[in-house]
Amino acid sequence: MKYAYFPGCSLSSTGLEYDMSTRKVAQALGIDLWEIPEWNCCGASSAHLTDQLLALALPARNLAIAEAEGLDVAIPCAACYARSKATEVEVRASKEMEQTISEVIERPYTGKARARALLDIFVKDYGLDAIGTMVNKPLKGLKVVSYYGCLLVRPPKLGFDDPEDPQSMDSLIEALGGTPLNWAFKTECCGAAHATAQGEIGLSMIERILSGAKEVGADCIATACPLCMNNLDMRQNQATAKTGEQYNLPIFYFTELMGLALGLKPEELGVNKHFVNTSEVLNKLNEALTRRDTP
Amino acid sequence: METIELTSALEQGKDTLEAIVKESGVQVTRCYQCGKCTGGCPVAFAMDKAPREIMRLLQLGLVEEALRSKTIWLCASCDTCSTRCPREVDIAKVMETLRIMAKKKGYITEKRMDLFHNLFLKSVETTGRVYEGGLVLGRNILGMQPFRDVHLGPSMFLKGKISPLPHIIKDNGEVKKIFANVRKRGGNV
Repeated sequence: MKYAYFPGCSLSSTGLEYDMSTRKVAQALGIDLWEIPEWNCCGASSAHLTDQLLALALPARNLAIAEAEGLDVAIPCAACYARSKATEVEVRASKEMEQTISEVIERPYTGKARARALLDIFVKDYGLDAIGTMVNKPLKGLKVVSYYGCLLVRPPKLGFDDPEDPQSMDSLIEALGGTPLNWAFKTECCGAAHATAQGEIGLSMIERILSGAKEVGADCIATACPLCMNNLDMRQNQATAKTGEQYNLPIFYFTELMGLALGLKPEELGVNKHFVNTSEVLNKLNEALTRRDTP
Repeated sequence: METIELTSALEQGKDTLEAIVKESGVQVTRCYQCGKCTGGCPVAFAMDKAPREIMRLLQLGLVEEALRSKTIWLCASCDTCSTRCPREVDIAKVMETLRIMAKKKGYITEKRMDLFHNLFLKSVETTGRVYEGGLVLGRNILGMQPFRDVHLGPSMFLKGKISPLPHIIKDNGEVKKIFANVRKRGGNV
């Protein structure tokens, strides 16, 4: 299995762990990721609010490079995925758009190279059964709420899962031996860049999601978006300062949880780079495994 | 309370409304005002006009009022409204279109949001990527909130999450050309 790989800007900076864990997990599963050479920013979250054509053209350059290699593009970041998918769909829908875009980026792009969410690739292409057979440190007893956020499953015509009650991440957690919990905030918006630009509004949105996870008794939250991660992890103590509530909720990229279940070391996956302490969850996992191993 | 002459408003707002319908591809008349968009909107609590109200303003031709609202700048583009609308109105797309138009007209009611997006795109045009360190620095200095999030800086740096210098992609001329080509076609960037 081979895909072009588009990490996106956040994965080389604030979302470093997502990149580390994606590469390690893909390697462990035998999936070949070819990083698009000198890829550019897809324009999320600003281009589509400034100019429609720019918003479609920026992701198109990356897709065009992949198309020339005959590869579909694996995209971990939910925002990059949504913007790239929008471009692919628009180009495929109209010859006129195909021509406009190709002229603007000065490269041919026909929509043949598809934008694929990394989560979807693991679940559908590789398959949950195949992943299950690779698990050697199951996430036994770990109660996880899957947080899909907005852009992975919306708008519905671009998504690969149910836009209101998506299941792919939940079924992945189950295949890894963990316990997915049902909760009301699967696709609730975390405020995206609001926490950066409009602090107070963003924090209120973050706080609701953390409370929602706490309410159902989750040990941690799994995410597929670096901006969601930043908001829920880095700003968790800001939410605590605002509400007085101790959330104590580690946030994991789903790829980190995969890596742990595949027996990779937390440091290789970047788990030590989080703001909220993850040691309690890691200890819980180790204890569950020791109990399993002692007769 | 201000009195509004609705018949003349509809006539005055006609051209702008047509432009919005054309740009967004959304028929605003389809909306039957059920309010489901607003019920599900995660940012409605902070808006000056609810999403449903924006749709109603457009239906009545009161386009200027919609363009001057804070709402269009606070919309997080999460698409919850468009996903749930029983009339399949793409409200998020309308918000996006209104915002682009408001920016063209110079109606910027949320200066910090505007600054954020300008800095973001400037970074993409200059280096080919977003340099998150520079983005935050610019936001603090130009947004006149110099100490915002500064406590996060050192640990971000130590975790290797913010580098001291931006990465500039080798084929950056290509990205600059994309911006130039968009401008040539009348793009407002």
